[in-house]
Amino acid sequence: MNEGTALSMLGTPGAVALMVSAILFTIGVIGVLLRRNAIIMFMCIELMLNAVNISLVAFSRVHGMEGQILVFFVMAVAAAEAAVGLAIIIAIFRHYEVVDLDRFNLLRW
Amino acid sequence: MYDFLLFFFAGGAVLGAVLMVTRKNPVSAVIFLIAVFFFTSGVFLLLDAHYLAAINVILYAGAIMVLFLFVIMLLNLGHADWRDLRGPFGGLLTGSIGVAFLGLLVRNIVASTDAIAATPAGDALREATLEQGIVGVVARPLFGEYVVVLEVTGVLLLVSIVGTILLARRGDA
Repeated sequence: MNEGTALSMLGTPGAVALMVSAILFTIGVIGVLLRRNAIIMFMCIELMLNAVNISLVAFSRVHGMEGQILVFFVMAVAAAEAAVGLAIIIAIFRHYEVVDLDRFNLLRW
Repeated sequence: MYDFLLFFFAGGAVLGAVLMVTRKNPVSAVIFLIAVFFFTSGVFLLLDAHYLAAINVILYAGAIMVLFLFVIMLLNLGHADWRDLRGPFGGLLTGSIGVAFLGLLVRNIVASTDAIAATPAGDALREATLEQGIVGVVARPLFGEYVVVLEVTGVLLLVSIVGTILLARRGDA
């Protein structure tokens, strides 16, 4: 897959995928820091998990199937985490009627 | 063609992510995140991870994001909120942290470009896929070498189901 000239500045498709992974992860970090809405912060965490999945898949082309197996488990854990996290958000919303994380300091010192 | 598709899916994913972070309405943020997952699946396809591309669309875009959408509509949050984005000071701080972080990551990737280019480009994986099938190439190690991890993941999902029900039910129930 090394035939492309447009890829010459970045090398291989793997390098492009790693670059995309880095950019998506950074956008996720920015989103978590920039937003106050708990649900959107949670979505940014999903975006970061997805960015890591891209780099794992990129490395699995070179280093064997273990990367893709790990992506499989990351997806399973992300599904479990999404269910529990959204349940916590629903429970918080029942008490305070907002999902603005600046309003909560229950676990903050 | 391969290069064009790779840059198309990669650029689409990045564009969708930027739009998702900057949307004030949570529903449009969810829609753009679904778009990001579709573009990511395209990248997975081009990197010879066909099974994961399908699972990414079915599990992430299909199941998890629908859960998010349901919660947003259940809590009636589907309207733009001016307090959601932090102010100019917070934006500046966040932007500088993001630029520093991205610079660090890109520097490390560029520094190892030669090592990435020197490695063989996944021919072994492609041959294994032709031999065992798209699902088989994932299923064999999953149900062989990693079967204990798979079972533990099942227990984790069961615990998360029970925890979700406990957390989300009403207190007087």
